[in-house]
Amino acid sequence: MNDGPLKGVRVTEFTSAWAGPYATCLLGFLGAEVIKIESHQRVDHARSLAFSTGKTFSGPDSSSVFNSLNLNKASAALNLKHPEAIKLAKRLLEISDVTMENMRPGVVERLGLGYEAVKKVKPDIIYLSSSACGQTGPEREYVGYAPTFAAMAGLSFLTGYEDWPPSNFMGSIDLKSAATSAFALLAALCHHQKTGEGQYIDLASQEAIAAMSGDVFMEYVMNQKVPQRKGNRDEGAAPHNCYRCRGEDRWISIAVVTDEEWIALCRTMEMPELAGDERFLDGPRRRQNQLDLDSIITGWTRDQDDYALMERLQQAGVAAAPSLSSEGLFNDPHLRDRGIYTQVDHPVMGKDWVITPPWRLSETPAQIHRHAPLLSEHNEYVFCELLGMSAEEVAILEEEKVIY
Amino acid sequence: MSNRALEGLSVLEYCTGISGPYCAKLMADLGADVVKIEAPETGDEARRRPPFPGDEVDPEKSGLFFYLNTNKRSITLNPATPEGKDLFVKLAGAVDVLVVDKPPGFMDALGLGYDALKQINPGLIMTSITPFGLTGPYKDYKAYQLNTSHVSGQGYMLPIPAEDSTRAPVKMGGNSSDYDPGIVTAIAVMAAYFHKGITGKGQLIELSKQEALICMQRVESVTYPNDGVSMSRNQGEVGPNMPGGVMPCKDGFVVFVTPMEHQWKALMTLIGDPEWSKEAWCQDPSGRMQHVEEINRHLLDWLGDHTQEEIFRRGQALGCPVAPLQSAEKVINSEQLKETGFFQDIEHPELGKIKFPTAPYHFSKTPWKLARLAPHLGEHNEEVFIDRLGLEKAELAVLKKAGAI
Repeated sequence: MNDGPLKGVRVTEFTSAWAGPYATCLLGFLGAEVIKIESHQRVDHARSLAFSTGKTFSGPDSSSVFNSLNLNKASAALNLKHPEAIKLAKRLLEISDVTMENMRPGVVERLGLGYEAVKKVKPDIIYLSSSACGQTGPEREYVGYAPTFAAMAGLSFLTGYEDWPPSNFMGSIDLKSAATSAFALLAALCHHQKTGEGQYIDLASQEAIAAMSGDVFMEYVMNQKVPQRKGNRDEGAAPHNCYRCRGEDRWISIAVVTDEEWIALCRTMEMPELAGDERFLDGPRRRQNQLDLDSIITGWTRDQDDYALMERLQQAGVAAAPSLSSEGLFNDPHLRDRGIYTQVDHPVMGKDWVITPPWRLSETPAQIHRHAPLLSEHNEYVFCELLGMSAEEVAILEEEKVIY
Repeated sequence: MSNRALEGLSVLEYCTGISGPYCAKLMADLGADVVKIEAPETGDEARRRPPFPGDEVDPEKSGLFFYLNTNKRSITLNPATPEGKDLFVKLAGAVDVLVVDKPPGFMDALGLGYDALKQINPGLIMTSITPFGLTGPYKDYKAYQLNTSHVSGQGYMLPIPAEDSTRAPVKMGGNSSDYDPGIVTAIAVMAAYFHKGITGKGQLIELSKQEALICMQRVESVTYPNDGVSMSRNQGEVGPNMPGGVMPCKDGFVVFVTPMEHQWKALMTLIGDPEWSKEAWCQDPSGRMQHVEEINRHLLDWLGDHTQEEIFRRGQALGCPVAPLQSAEKVINSEQLKETGFFQDIEHPELGKIKFPTAPYHFSKTPWKLARLAPHLGEHNEEVFIDRLGLEKAELAVLKKAGAI
């Protein structure tokens, strides 16, 4: 636990993969105590497979992906197929403020851990269920992952080149859903603080992604127009694209919104005559002739260094920044200065690089204070210390594969 | 008992565009009292951004502004004037949360930085949203959504997959890269407000949009330092190279993801258990990865004869994670979203009867609610300046003339 703003809040969670675990990880960064209930009987796939790279890990405690998404947490093992395990889970929930699960809709109820059942032992629990499509509706049982959430929410359709298939998506989509869950849980916590009232929250990942495209839906309801893919382009600005730079797969993004920025760009390119060119005199004309514009700018950027270009353009007041890969991010001087990469000591992996929490709070900083837990690492803390069981009792339940 | 989760939370928003206003909207929609400060005459820049009915630019009819500013009150105020500054101090002195998206040093130069404001309101949670944060070599750099999307590593990997790296990487579709920092900020604001509820203390929260986006890419962002791998968007270099992904069918595109063996089997059942699927090399994930091109060719052949709808329904009934790539129109008309109520029918004075996007979380006790539509520019000047701050109507006219409001 750390001294973040949520110090004193206890979260007991039953999530796996990415969208669930990262939601409670965010609360853990902010000081909540997060206890993850998991099992050897069905290991979280983030412990075995990196969805994005295809890399498989040598064992459940060797996953860099799991480490990134479960920092600060404790892990206790319960085989929820066993009725005794459900009893223990409920005892733990009795002394928790928040819980979250992301099993297929209907599963927690069958296990006896649904909201109604938990409410009986902890009437003011804040309970969030995260699923692909929500707990109601004809598609409630449909299975999904980040790529399907993005597809169903309309984001894939909108992302990519005009003349190329729409884009697939990976983990970032899960993490948007996770951030949405974390916000909802916190709003419910604030309500609880004022009123003492808990509640149930049904969160659909598909909708979490759709909510971030509100204006896209407004375009359709206002004009019955279906927005299409348009690469890097923008309806209100040109030039507005990524331009090739020197080196392998190096690019700089340049966005010009105002006439002043356009004139500054022409000056920086040492082509002052362009500023007076009829084709590019104002925003609408620049947009109309943006293909010409793009080829002129590419001619200028092609043999230059992306960082040198950023510096020159920024000095002139033009918004420009490179398109960074993982390597580019890691070596970026600004991000270095900000210290966003940090190494955590991990008992199995050794040192593992992770990204620090995204906010800076002046009085109660968000922190990473420990690596993600090894599977069942905190059995003793949870069952003996929190639930007051004896070591013998725990040993028997381990033998019976209840604590497993 | 109140049925609004954030009733009692007061927020002052001094933001424009998307990220800051979205952060405040998230709170306003759950019952917070949000007063939005807009520049006199011009207002929030989102008022001049599309969509507009009939594509005619009208600062009172932007669909983007409508969506991002529900449940707020709008006042016009210029804190760079002496009178405007006084009013700003009065407003900031009485709220729990102030959200600002001005460049580093801007508020300090006005005498309205956190150090000054906390003197008059020690419980203030002041929140700063900027492209690169308040410190570091790029802190004063300018960045629009296109730039933050690329400089955070988000754009570099899109589209998935690209044919090769001869074409530029692209930003995420729509404006979602500007929504992300809004929700990431709102998480910290909520946590700080919770802390204030216990201790009475406020604080300064700083958020860099670049870092908010990196935190959504945290797994992809550490592959280089941990494994020496820098994923690109190129075919074969992105994703686990499993069969599937985004593929064309008879009337559009669908996407398949089958990480589990039973899901792969469900996909094979869907396409009629073809002969090739019974080959030895097709029985485990690594064998399939080695034959991924051949498998995808077979899948494409089958998909070409089937529609999105039949692939989606039959596939899901079999337990195969498959989804259609839906356009905005399809999303709005989806039976599922009708049932969950994600789009609400509303009567809008400017737009008539429309479907309006609500929120992805369904609270059992404190539901999302549209209590008021997005405000007109300065719509609540009288209510805020006269009713709340006790100014006289005549004073308002003077302030207006001075350019303060």
